[in-house]
Amino acid sequence: MSVGKVTFTKVEREKLAEVLWLLNWISVVTGAILLGMGLFLKMEIQKWQEVMSEQGVLYVPHMLITTGLAACGINFLGGKICLDCADTNKFLRWKLVMMPYVICTFFFTACILAGALMCYSIRSQLEESLFLGLRHSMRYYKDTDTPGRCYLKRTLDLLQIQFQCCGNTGYQDWFQIQWISSRYLDLRSVAVVDRLRNNVEGKFLMDSVPFSCCSPLSPRPCIQQQLNRPLAHFNFDQQSQHLNLWRRGCRQALLDHYTVIMQSISLVVLLIWLFELLVLTGVRYLQTAMENVIRVGDPESESEGWILENSLAETARSNFNIIKNLGKCYQVDDDPNIDVPAMMAEQEIKSEQVQVQRTS
Amino acid sequence: MALMVVKFDLKKRVKLAQTVWFMYWFAVLAGILVLSMGLFFKIELRKRSELMDNNESHFLPNLLILMGLIACGINAFGGKVCYDSLDPVKFAKWKPMLKYFLVFCVCFNGLLLLTSLLCFLMRIPLQFTLAEGIKNGMKYYKDTDTPGRCYMKRTLDLMQMEFRCCGNDNFRDWFEIQWVSNRYLDFSSKEVKDRIGSNVDGQYLMDGVPFSCCNPTSPRPCIQYQMTNNSAHYSYDHYTEELNVWKKGCRDALLSYYGGIMNTIGALVVLVTMLEVAVTVGLQYVNSSLSTLVNPEEVESESEGYLLEKTVKETFTDIMAKMKAMGKGGKVEEGGEEAVATVS
Repeated sequence: MSVGKVTFTKVEREKLAEVLWLLNWISVVTGAILLGMGLFLKMEIQKWQEVMSEQGVLYVPHMLITTGLAACGINFLGGKICLDCADTNKFLRWKLVMMPYVICTFFFTACILAGALMCYSIRSQLEESLFLGLRHSMRYYKDTDTPGRCYLKRTLDLLQIQFQCCGNTGYQDWFQIQWISSRYLDLRSVAVVDRLRNNVEGKFLMDSVPFSCCSPLSPRPCIQQQLNRPLAHFNFDQQSQHLNLWRRGCRQALLDHYTVIMQSISLVVLLIWLFELLVLTGVRYLQTAMENVIRVGDPESESEGWILENSLAETARSNFNIIKNLGKCYQVDDDPNIDVPAMMAEQEIKSEQVQVQRTS
Repeated sequence: MALMVVKFDLKKRVKLAQTVWFMYWFAVLAGILVLSMGLFFKIELRKRSELMDNNESHFLPNLLILMGLIACGINAFGGKVCYDSLDPVKFAKWKPMLKYFLVFCVCFNGLLLLTSLLCFLMRIPLQFTLAEGIKNGMKYYKDTDTPGRCYMKRTLDLMQMEFRCCGNDNFRDWFEIQWVSNRYLDFSSKEVKDRIGSNVDGQYLMDGVPFSCCNPTSPRPCIQYQMTNNSAHYSYDHYTEELNVWKKGCRDALLSYYGGIMNTIGALVVLVTMLEVAVTVGLQYVNSSLSTLVNPEEVESESEGYLLEKTVKETFTDIMAKMKAMGKGGKVEEGGEEAVATVS
């Protein structure tokens, strides 16, 4: 009792082969789209790599790139095969390759689905990476003379300007770190020394933020210093305070940016997966139909195509038995009904040789 | 003695017509390109019209759009004529107006060349428009409560950050105007009163710049206030400080931005002009080869194609004579009427 049995006439088989050839070429294009999206995502992540703590998130674009390349290759081959399948003689060339090709395409389609689901699941890992990365960057903001970290200030400033954000969670994060290098602090001044002595770690902490936190939308010139003392500034009311700096944290801003990108990518990948599944089903029908035609022997006759020859349960059982028996071939079997004359003869000859050697 | 004579048989004529038809379709695309470049330039000017006092001249983009539309039109017509030239019956329909069409094409090509020249020259008036516009923009920077000007601060800040510039010529322009609104000045404070009293106009001037002038590549946190006072900041010398704020003036920055766009558009229009000249020459050869058929009924016969029927000098004297005749024709008619009037 096969699964999804359909009968095909010769004309229908040829039409199916033509349609599948066209669909395979469209799949090559979608494979190229997949590759393009993977490259785009990789570039986007690498742009702000410095504010991410680990590069683990790069496995998603790498997965998309490899899947895209594989899609192009597999579908190109599939197009060639389907074109040949219209003719029974040419099909004989590909007969042995078809079954492995179908299995390979099945696993590859599963990879595409995995890629789409990965894009959704990466959000929490990305958030963690951004939190740690931004904290690290802010801590080394002032180290513009240390090789390897000298561009962190510029990166962080450009990030805050472009994404309209300030700090990790909010602008108060800048109050807890020293973001002015000691090179520019007059360590003989009493005010500076007081501040340094004010906290346990001897850091120069202030209630002020860098200029890149300033919002151009504010109606008044930006107030960056003494933010905890609104009375230090003339007419600095609630409204002014609200509009003065960017309120959003950069972690949230970057997370939203990447979430939008990845959600659109995963939507497109899901559509591509559905399309590939359709193509795979078509190729399977074509394969079984052509094999049945060869079995019947008459190229002009009708033939049946199916997805699975037996029901799902039987197929699963037989495959399981095959896998079990693969493991068994190296074990010695005690069943007397199994004929193993070659092995027995060898053992007899060996034992005779040993006996001859003993007697001689 | 015609200019640049080429002999044509049927096969060569057909090949010529096909090639020119193909080139005309490219020319239609080129016309669309000119149109889209005009639109793009217009949009770019509109985007920043606030910085130019809404006073900028849209003459050049409008001209480009017009030229693009005309180019599309005449190239499509020319393509149709070339396609029909392979069929003598259809071609006879177009023959009478082809001469005037070719003259019109030559004039249009001249106008296109003029347009491309304008693209390179428009930089000069733009410079003055920008200087005036940015100066006024900076004057109204503080007026965020005046309707109609409340977005000037935002526009200027975003422009300075995007184009990496500060002020009109350089950052010192900010020292000469009051860019902090009176709403945020404490008039009871001595410092404020001193500053206001220290100049004729009673303006609060300071040696400071807005935050949007700050350069993110500077190794030290941005110094915006008391910029000319070396002792106000540790280890600071404003004469040698290069990276603190943007050094370039916004007029130069915007000018080089628009200049780049205009140079590219000008170069592309020159290329389009060359293509147009080529298709006009091609159409002239198609026309002349079909009109000099030895035996008009016999399609297979040979013919000659030429660029001009007579030499350049003769053609020129012919045109001058025609124009003089047109001018005299009017005078003779007037004289005739007077004579008639006196007679009757």
